[in-house]
Amino acid sequence: MSRRAFWRHLTSRVMTGLIVVLSFLAVFALILIFTDLVLKGASSLDWAFFTKSPVPAGQNGGGVANAIVGTGIVVGLAALIGVPIGVGAGLYLAEYGSGKLGFMVRFIADVLNGTPSIVVGIVAWTFIVRPTHRFSAIAGSVALAVLMVPMLARTTEEMVRLVPHSLREAALALGYPRWRTSLKVVARTALGGIVTGCLVGVARVAGETAPLLFTALGNLNFTTTITQPMQTLSLQIYVYATGPFEEWHRLAWASALVLMGLVLVISLTARWVTRQRHGSIR
Amino acid sequence: MTSLPIEGVPPGPPGTESRWQSLLGTDRSDRTYRRILTGFALALPALILVILGVLFVNALPALRRFGPSFVWTSTWDPVAEIYGAAPMIVGTLLSSFVALLIAVPLALSVAILLTEFAPRWLRQPVAFLVELLAAIPSVVYGTWGVFVLIPFLRAHVVPPLKAVFGWTPFLQGVFYGNSLLAGGIILAIMIVPYIAAVSREVLLAVPSSQREAALAMGATRWEAVRSAVLPYGRAGLIGAIILGLGRALGETMAVTMLIGNRHDISISLLQPAYTMAAALANEFSEATTSMYLSALFEVGFILFVMTVAVNAVARILIWRVARGTAVGSRAL
Repeated sequence: MSRRAFWRHLTSRVMTGLIVVLSFLAVFALILIFTDLVLKGASSLDWAFFTKSPVPAGQNGGGVANAIVGTGIVVGLAALIGVPIGVGAGLYLAEYGSGKLGFMVRFIADVLNGTPSIVVGIVAWTFIVRPTHRFSAIAGSVALAVLMVPMLARTTEEMVRLVPHSLREAALALGYPRWRTSLKVVARTALGGIVTGCLVGVARVAGETAPLLFTALGNLNFTTTITQPMQTLSLQIYVYATGPFEEWHRLAWASALVLMGLVLVISLTARWVTRQRHGSIR
Repeated sequence: MTSLPIEGVPPGPPGTESRWQSLLGTDRSDRTYRRILTGFALALPALILVILGVLFVNALPALRRFGPSFVWTSTWDPVAEIYGAAPMIVGTLLSSFVALLIAVPLALSVAILLTEFAPRWLRQPVAFLVELLAAIPSVVYGTWGVFVLIPFLRAHVVPPLKAVFGWTPFLQGVFYGNSLLAGGIILAIMIVPYIAAVSREVLLAVPSSQREAALAMGATRWEAVRSAVLPYGRAGLIGAIILGLGRALGETMAVTMLIGNRHDISISLLQPAYTMAAALANEFSEATTSMYLSALFEVGFILFVMTVAVNAVARILIWRVARGTAVGSRAL
């Protein structure tokens, strides 16, 4: 091997090694965060944690039942508002999205996907909290719904586009009108994928905190009234992690573990379902 | 193919003419369907206009009072009602810059490893692990940063760093924990998965004929990547990085918990700083006067316009490589 070739191969080896090391560092961060969450959070997960509401600051004990229920309500309502709009927009993009409007909507959806969620919180505050003079769970839900729409539009479009064209043609050839073809054949075939997309969207907004700061606000008491301030796990973690008490820090870790687990379980289920679907389509 | 949702023969007769209309796209029910879907789709442009409108209108009092000097004045005094956003704008840009500096090499390495070097069996699991990073909520990163990252920096990173580079302007002052450095590092960890995921899809879109041609010419594996694959995907990779920048600019919770939240301009990494998003998170519910609120709306407006512009540029670059596909817009 000539000197030159030697150096070239050495460079190749070194660069490959560097890339492996840097990639390992990136993955290492994830492993670190996970182990810390489990190590510091798991010991606090007991029956009281899931069934009790917080006790006054400074005392020991208490749980986050209010936040768990609150997360369910706020995110559930958000899905109720956001899913129809997002999926509808996605169907539009898949069915009629080849023109100028489709291009624009697709572009805006992609751009909105990356905008700061706190801005959406401010807008929801302006429209709901300011006129009603009251922080409310429903305002938080609206903010989260707005965050879901662009995400769902794009995933729905992708999933619907995976449906083979022959299926659509078959339905049209049999005399189905377009709307029935779209809803009963195409969308129904892609239903698994669309549901998956919705689940991933829900998982993502379930972890959002910023848009809830001035909408759902947080609440130390257990409540199910959607016109009242409501606690969510994310808000609870923020307050507890930045607070001064050791007990709060303990609860913050435990809540973070629960929230993380919630988000991961939904995401992993969704991913697993997509795998199954992709296998059957291709 | 037993799972096909077409059961039996679709209703044919009543109105055979309308089926012809359907094929021609002139059927009334079809038009209604299209209109409804169009309505849903129009929600998106409406959304962006409403957000812009709300922010702008509410920012008007501050815009009128302070004019363009808002962005380069650094006084933020709610008592005297003088507002200038320079510290947060600078802090936003600096923290995002630090984040990119750390995240870009990591993320590009992951993307290159996953598309070029890794054995096939390793690709899916690693891609999956990196995507999991994107699913971790911001506030969880923040919690980890407060209780793990900052003590670690204080004990093991800052002292040696100061010992060696302490003379540079970037490492002046006492390190208390919450700082530009902590905020930048947590941001870096948070944007790695985004940049990696999009870069990976960009590199996957590079035709294998590019690699094969380079290898056939006698290039080593790395030379093939450097001279054939990376240049081909350059626009998309830059797009991916800019997308990461967009995320970093608007990231709120983790940064608010770690950056120190001080209205001050400093290029020292060890000093507390502020970002626009953090200012909104901290002060929006405390804004007692209408001018204070208006100033915060203007901060929100600047932040929104900035991220929209950054994202738009990123999308255009990415679309040039991976045409029209929803690269990276999936949450997982």
